[in-house]
Amino acid sequence: MPRRPPFVVDRSGLEALLHALQSRGYRTLGPTLRDGAIVYDEIRSTADLPAGWTDEQDGGHYRLKEREDGALFGYAVGPQSWKRFLHVPLQTLWRARRAGQGFEILDEPAPESPAQAFVGVRACELAAIAAQDRVFLGGEHKDPHYRARREAAFIVAVNCGTAGGTCFCTSMKTGPQAVEGFDLALTEVLSETDHVFLVEVGSERGAEVAAELEGREPTDAEARAAEDALRAAEASMGRVLETEGLKDVLYRNYEAPHWDEVAERCLACANCTMVCPTCFCATVEDVTDLAGLEASRVRRWDSCFTLDFSYVHGGSVRTSRGARYRQWITHKLATWHDQFGSSGCVGCGRCITWCPVGIDLTAEARAVREADARKREARGDGKL
Amino acid sequence: MESFERILSEHAFFHDLPAVHLGTLVGCVSNVKFGAGEFLFREGDAADQFYLIRHGRVAVEAFAPGRGSITIETIDEGEVVGWSWLFPPYTAHFDARALGLVRAFALDGACLRAKCEKDAELGFDLTRRFARVVMQRLDATRLQLLDLYGDHGNG
Amino acid sequence: MATMATAESRPAVAADPMRPALFVVRKTSRETADTFTLSLAPAVPEGIHRFAPGQFNMLYAFGVGEAPVSISGDPAKPEMLVHTIRAVGSVTRGLRKLGKGDTVGVRGPFGTAWPVEQAHGHDVVIVAGGIGLAPLRPALYHVLLHRGQYGRVVFLYGARTPADMLFARQLREWRSRFDLEVEVTVDRATAEWQGTVGVVTKLIGRSPFDPGSAMAFVCGPEVMIRFTVAALQRRGMTDPSIFVSMERNMKCAVGFCGHCQFGPAFVCKDGPVFRYDRTLPFFGLREV
Repeated sequence: MPRRPPFVVDRSGLEALLHALQSRGYRTLGPTLRDGAIVYDEIRSTADLPAGWTDEQDGGHYRLKEREDGALFGYAVGPQSWKRFLHVPLQTLWRARRAGQGFEILDEPAPESPAQAFVGVRACELAAIAAQDRVFLGGEHKDPHYRARREAAFIVAVNCGTAGGTCFCTSMKTGPQAVEGFDLALTEVLSETDHVFLVEVGSERGAEVAAELEGREPTDAEARAAEDALRAAEASMGRVLETEGLKDVLYRNYEAPHWDEVAERCLACANCTMVCPTCFCATVEDVTDLAGLEASRVRRWDSCFTLDFSYVHGGSVRTSRGARYRQWITHKLATWHDQFGSSGCVGCGRCITWCPVGIDLTAEARAVREADARKREARGDGKL
Repeated sequence: MESFERILSEHAFFHDLPAVHLGTLVGCVSNVKFGAGEFLFREGDAADQFYLIRHGRVAVEAFAPGRGSITIETIDEGEVVGWSWLFPPYTAHFDARALGLVRAFALDGACLRAKCEKDAELGFDLTRRFARVVMQRLDATRLQLLDLYGDHGNG
Repeated sequence: MATMATAESRPAVAADPMRPALFVVRKTSRETADTFTLSLAPAVPEGIHRFAPGQFNMLYAFGVGEAPVSISGDPAKPEMLVHTIRAVGSVTRGLRKLGKGDTVGVRGPFGTAWPVEQAHGHDVVIVAGGIGLAPLRPALYHVLLHRGQYGRVVFLYGARTPADMLFARQLREWRSRFDLEVEVTVDRATAEWQGTVGVVTKLIGRSPFDPGSAMAFVCGPEVMIRFTVAALQRRGMTDPSIFVSMERNMKCAVGFCGHCQFGPAFVCKDGPVFRYDRTLPFFGLREV
């Protein structure tokens, strides 16, 4: 069945979209303004969106600023990502109870959780969701909790009109345009006279919901404006990451002195892993009740920056901060390729913005690459 | 070549020793035998001799009050026991005890030292052989020192 | 790799790799001061887990947690799942407290196996250091069960002291065979010990195998593995004929939690058994 071509709705049409999703039982989540940041939370109507706000981002710097217009999606990404709704921070896996001499695992149905609709998913975030899909659904074992949430999730993407201060999705080829992985995609078109949204259908599920929306064909001006917005976003990237041969550069620089230098700056605070939309490391723990009669097996987010992340009997494998930073960046930009067939980085810039000391992954990669090139040149580029 | 020299040349320690050197030092060599439990030498003894083990096993031990004899290493056939004859004060640092019947060549230290003083080439060859043995023993000792199988946990 | 035949989940429920099957302790034995063996049988008759030598299970002690434990039993007799465990942390100490009739959660078997089929027609050199003997014993069982398929079989075992040697009864049995070369050594001993004292690497130099056609299976502390590989290389063995078993922190054993990464490899699914050349260059790198 041919897909409905892109159509235009105004703000009331967007409101209708939210209601259409809610009437189908979706819990609608989207960007909201809270505590000086754009955070993803439940939205009931378009009034909950951060209209007229934008963000100013740089290494270790995030500020919200008022816009001159009333754009609903005129900002980049905030500290969280959609991973907290798919690969949730805390997940009870199963519960057990003492029985006789031993114990039994309780046969409990998964608690009913409403299907989620994500409204305002950026192209980089679509790529991040796809990356986590490969982690949790692409191997021999599948994570049933992730799968359940993922299959039920309705995704409304949003094309970016400007890039954020630390964005580099063009370097990672993950944006700024949302190309696949969404049910519907919106492009906000804002002019002196007009405030509309170009709606693109990306799936059967999206088409079914879109059928409820009244829209019209986009005017030439609107279509052009949508295109211009994407070009503007492409041209305003805050950072650049040179990815050519980067995997090999990192693979041959495990012993580069650079990691000791990063160690001086890195606090191992784990912020980067918490805000990163692809980081997936978790730990599994037992939580028991006071009487010791019931135990829950709980999975919660973890970070390779913690000292005991790599603990084996005798001590941790990675005790120095330099080794832990190296583990994170090498996983993200090198070993991830060999594990999952793509880069682990989607160029969202969050790790740069939310690092308290402003460590910039693009700058660190550049530094290692440059030192590597100098070393090879000194050696005559022959032997390594 | 005399048959005694030939047997001596077949010991792994003297592998590839030039025949002329073999002839020089054969006068310092005798055949010895130890019964099970007998000491080849004890810590502090004059290190008059070193031994090329031809058969059997020798335990290199140290005695610690309260712990008794601790075996540090065992030496088997084809290997050499004793290097304290090389340097003054020429006294043994450890006990060496036969575990079972041991047959060995005993080489007289003083006799050999005299010959090495006169014959620099022989001296260099022997010293190099011992240096290799010391290196291998040191490597092994370092690995044993790491106590790899021990409990090194901190939690 | 073995396929897992299990009835741990009800048919209607989608397979959940994090949910254990219940097993019951049939036997416990103390191997050394800090090492013990747990023999487990499935709580339901259909719950037998076949495994390949070198694989491991995640064992769950109620209220304490899970730990990865090498399966140390005979793969031809999976009705009794045998594990040899060193009590070094809260979970392993919790497992040590278990007695006959107690319940244990079991997930697995996980991981890659010793290449016992690939070794057909070759000499086999098994080098174990300390607790490293636990995941190697199943390989030895398998090789001895199919003895005719292999050339010379050599088993070298290094332990801390004679009191720390595992599987004493079995060692005696193996030493009495005419088709198996067994050499054991300890790092140090008291005077009663009549055997070899010295590092296990020393045994490799004069061990009777043909380096040109041998395959080696090595397990023990990482330092011991490094030096053993060096000794095997000095004997003339090539890197692709040497297999090592690695250990890293594990929380999930199915590639979801990220803890066990060793370079690009997940030790839980790309290992724990690795062909040595495939671990290079990471094997020698610090803090990887």
